Amino acid sequence: MSLTRADVEKVSLLGRLRLGDAELDTMTEQMGRIVGYIEQLGELSTDNVQPMAHAQEMHNVFADDALGASLPRDAALANAPKKDAECYRVPAVLGE
Amino acid sequence: MPHSYDLIVGLEVHVQLQTKSKLFCRCSTKFGGPPNTQTCPVCIGMPGSLPVMNREAFRLGLKTAIALNCEIPQFTKWDRKQYYYPDLPKGYQISQYDLPMSQNGWLEISDPKKEFAAKRIGIIRAHLEEDAGKSLHDEEHGKADTRIDLNRTGTPLLEIVSAPDMRSTKEARVYLTQLRLMLLYLGVSDCNMQEGSLRVDANVNIHIQGPSGKIATPIVEVKNLNSFRHVERALAYEAKRQYDVWEETGRTIKDYPKQTRGWDDAAGTTLPQREKEESADYRYFPDPDLVPVITPKAEVEEVRSGLVELPAAIRSRLEKTYGISDYDSDVIVLQGLPFVAYFEEVAKLSGDGKKASNWVTQELLRILNDQSITLEQFPLTAPQLANLVKLVAGGEIEITRAKEVFNDMVANRRDAAAAMSALGIAKVDSSELENICKELVAANPKIVADVKAGKQQAIGALLGQAKKRNPNANPNEVRRICLELIAKMP
Repeated sequence: MSLTRADVEKVSLLGRLRLGDAELDTMTEQMGRIVGYIEQLGELSTDNVQPMAHAQEMHNVFADDALGASLPRDAALANAPKKDAECYRVPAVLGE
Repeated sequence: MPHSYDLIVGLEVHVQLQTKSKLFCRCSTKFGGPPNTQTCPVCIGMPGSLPVMNREAFRLGLKTAIALNCEIPQFTKWDRKQYYYPDLPKGYQISQYDLPMSQNGWLEISDPKKEFAAKRIGIIRAHLEEDAGKSLHDEEHGKADTRIDLNRTGTPLLEIVSAPDMRSTKEARVYLTQLRLMLLYLGVSDCNMQEGSLRVDANVNIHIQGPSGKIATPIVEVKNLNSFRHVERALAYEAKRQYDVWEETGRTIKDYPKQTRGWDDAAGTTLPQREKEESADYRYFPDPDLVPVITPKAEVEEVRSGLVELPAAIRSRLEKTYGISDYDSDVIVLQGLPFVAYFEEVAKLSGDGKKASNWVTQELLRILNDQSITLEQFPLTAPQLANLVKLVAGGEIEITRAKEVFNDMVANRRDAAAAMSALGIAKVDSSELENICKELVAANPKIVADVKAGKQQAIGALLGQAKKRNPNANPNEVRRICLELIAKMP
């Protein structure tokens, strides 16, 4: 299976990436090669291999339900492109 | 309407689990704090931060799933559900996709008013995920910006997805009521809808009985349902709307995709929202920052055996133990656990479950509603009310007088004996009662003749006269004695 230009357009839309024509060509080619490389795994028989949910053989890592420190508001908002004294500000969300 | 149709409803309920800290970090889940004061690098999605699962959140989810008769797979994991929205700082929500922590359960619903037969509503799955933040729409600054508060981001949610098993707005309401009640009894959530602790989305369509078989309309997911009443109204509206659209366009589930609509309660209509993205568009994949959870069978059984008695079990126990109706047991259980305990104490101490039930579901509830107080604020203890019920049950005082006594007990915070002596109520001595009856019978030959002629209701006039002679005369006793006296007369 090779990736089509339409596939890449769809993925770029979902990822909110605006790609120009030339970039779409490049990405289609490069992503196609990545997918192709992974596809080599298809040559192996995995009939007797259990699906894996995680690369580590670890499970049940929990933390106790106890309060810890939160960030001061100024620090939390520090990287926001737009903010006021209390909140992040974003362009109005339409259609809700 | 030329064709009949069935309403088909499935409900998705998101419930906030009652933990102190968030699902993957230790920020507070407290509602109503100043905006953006309960966040940290994990919940606002800073690169390099790592989530760690809250043990208590998992335990509360497990408890709920078991109470909902779900299967608990040994192995479960978390996935990233990717979409862009300003209240979702990471660009993905940590949720569960193909291996949820529980599935295939059911909740039984029944209607004491018997509008539908008791039935099981299937639970497709209940999975643990994180909540998003909140968008605040800024009225002051016009409509230019949306303000984002991320305090809620990362709060643990259990998403409980029902099968499309409900067939009426009433069934949907009862399902929600029973589910909420169960969550409250389990103590896993405060279920406060105003604060968003319990949120409902409805999937609805109709099956029309067409000329050549059943026709299903396209499925609509209705959002913005802020109360159970909204759910009922929105479902009724949608059924009618879908029928009209089908008549007009002929659209069916086969040729038209699922849509999302929002309920506008003021207008009483649903309005289209953005088209629901296909689940493949969320590009779920296992979250590499979290490790799976394995729940041994023994742990499931341990949680199961530690479950509190659930509402359905309490209802049937109350009916069996105290001989009360399913309607009354429903009213009592709906009030919550403290009310159940209060009722049981009154029932046991008075020795009359049925009367105890009448008193708590009628008189006590009336006071709580009229005065807008909780049971904890109600002035009478269970033993005090039980004492009054016992007097009524033993025929010491008749019901109308007992209600006066009750009102006095509540108003003046005193027990039955004190209230009765203050109201001048004393049990009429049986010989005195007999004398009154004899006098009445002798003085009313016309009534006696009527009763003898078979008009039993004529006796009613004597009860009023007895009351005038002694306000404490028990009308039931007067009726009984007078009828006996008349029967003995030649």
